[in-house]
Amino acid sequence: MSPKETVISVQHLTKKFGDFFAVYNISFEVYKGEIFGFLGANGAGKTTAIRMLCGLSVPTSGVAQVAGFDVYKDTEKIKANIGYMSQKFSLYEDLTVLENIRFFGGIYGLSGKKLQAQTTNLLEKLALAPHKNKLVASLPLGWKQKLAFSIAIIHEPVIVFLDEPTGGVDPITRRQFWDLIYEAADRGITVFVTTHYMDEAEYCHRVSMMVDGKIAALDTPAHLKNQYKVASMDDVFYQLARAAQRTE
Amino acid sequence: MKIIKVLLIKEFKQIFRNKSLLPMIFVMPIIQLLVMPLAADYTIKNINIAVVDHDRSAQAKMLLDKITASGYFRLVDYGNNYKQAYTLIESDKADLIIEIPHNFEKDLLREGQQQLLIAVNAINGMKATIGASYVSAIIAAYNQNLLAQINTIGAKPSFINVISNNWYNIFMRYQIFMVPGILVIFVTMVGAYMCSLNIVKEKEIGTIEQINVTPIKKYHYILGKLIPFWIIGVVIFSIGFFGVAYWVYGIVPLGNVLLLYGYLAVYLVALLGFGLLISTYADTQQQAMSVAFFFMMIFILMSGLFTPIEAMPAWAKAIAHFNPVTYFIEVMRMIVLKGSGFYNIRTHFLVIIGFAFLFNFWAIWNYKKTSG
Repeated sequence: MSPKETVISVQHLTKKFGDFFAVYNISFEVYKGEIFGFLGANGAGKTTAIRMLCGLSVPTSGVAQVAGFDVYKDTEKIKANIGYMSQKFSLYEDLTVLENIRFFGGIYGLSGKKLQAQTTNLLEKLALAPHKNKLVASLPLGWKQKLAFSIAIIHEPVIVFLDEPTGGVDPITRRQFWDLIYEAADRGITVFVTTHYMDEAEYCHRVSMMVDGKIAALDTPAHLKNQYKVASMDDVFYQLARAAQRTE
Repeated sequence: MKIIKVLLIKEFKQIFRNKSLLPMIFVMPIIQLLVMPLAADYTIKNINIAVVDHDRSAQAKMLLDKITASGYFRLVDYGNNYKQAYTLIESDKADLIIEIPHNFEKDLLREGQQQLLIAVNAINGMKATIGASYVSAIIAAYNQNLLAQINTIGAKPSFINVISNNWYNIFMRYQIFMVPGILVIFVTMVGAYMCSLNIVKEKEIGTIEQINVTPIKKYHYILGKLIPFWIIGVVIFSIGFFGVAYWVYGIVPLGNVLLLYGYLAVYLVALLGFGLLISTYADTQQQAMSVAFFFMMIFILMSGLFTPIEAMPAWAKAIAHFNPVTYFIEVMRMIVLKGSGFYNIRTHFLVIIGFAFLFNFWAIWNYKKTSG
């Protein structure tokens, strides 16, 4: 992972809703081409943190740069340089596979030959070419999520944010999904992913654990397991999350 | 521009794929325009009258003939027992009782005046009150004839005859009055309902969040929503205007159709802005629907469509003047019935442009790609 080029830099980032600190004073860096796991129990503040980094939510205080742009001033520039796939499935169900690709490609400013090439490439990679004229609503969930991920990186962003991308899909599809993630990371796209599956946490280069709005641990999965003297990320998660005060 | 094109292609595909939206757009206006004007007709016919005739004279007979010959009334009972007639009112079989007293003819001829009792069933107050006023009018006309008849020998009293003439709608055809107004309501619904529901639906299913993390500009997205529904509004209006108003009711606008479309264009921008505004406050389609429904009721009832604004109390008048629908209905009637030109509706234009700016800027201001 060297030389390390920082693509996300966060210092003392805080988000307050009324009296409630959803995210409190978090600091970390994410490097180019890295798969960064962003773990935490429900309600730990992961989604709030991601929303701030994507320019969907304004931080209360702290400093953060995403793809080199400030999260306060340059949200529109950030948006042109990131991809985003949320836990809520967000392709248009009443459009076909092809129409969704063209729509999101078009929104990111792809057109003509470039869009055509990306479309063909994407359909081929996902083996969706025979189904390109089917409505997205008619696809199985696993296919939808692979398609959503591929569309989220159709414009070759610097970073892609994945908010629980594999919720509710079977292990085989999850495995295939992670193949896509690795492939994207190999191309230099930084992957910022939240998950509740600890086997997926093992796939990450580095993981952070959020507890009660703070980052309780941040390291490679191997180091974390060592540090807590446990065999699996499951146990790391359990040890850290057990200390949480907040419940959902 | 390219982005807007991408958005428009997507929007139209979704609209034409929506099995419930299309019939609503094209069939609903036609059916409602065919049905509603018939129901919203203030000319009341078939008023049931019960006559209690204690006199049974030639004069009484003549008066009753006049009343029944007018075509508005249906004689359901003729007798000499008020109680019996009253039971008919109680059972809702009669709307009106006319009681002709004893010696009606004799007193009328001798004293030149006589009293009649008209009792009205106030349960269906509207029908009966209008019926009573018809009866009064007929009796008044009958009185004049009578006076003229019995005064033929003596000096003829001079009368000032008032002849009323219904300008712009000579035969008082209610369709001509109602159809353009109802058309305005449809166009309003496109703005208040379809546009806001469409946007809130994207909020509900989460696609709007996907849009919000793209570099799409606020105004791109908003234009991408407004333009399709603006076009739908114009299409609905045209179907209603040429398809139904012209072909079915034979309503030929006296004024300039282009002027009408000019007003429609601005009006739609204003109302789509209103729909957009609702969508920025509502999180679910249910909320949007309830809010839109609330405003539609006020818009419709306080627009002068059914009841004249001039007859409203001051506070209601004030509401009517803050109601964009009021202005378009007035403009419709002025252009279609009166042939008014731009000069006559210039204030209406100014007001609706004001509404367009107000709603749209408010909506854009409140539409957040980024939450607090």
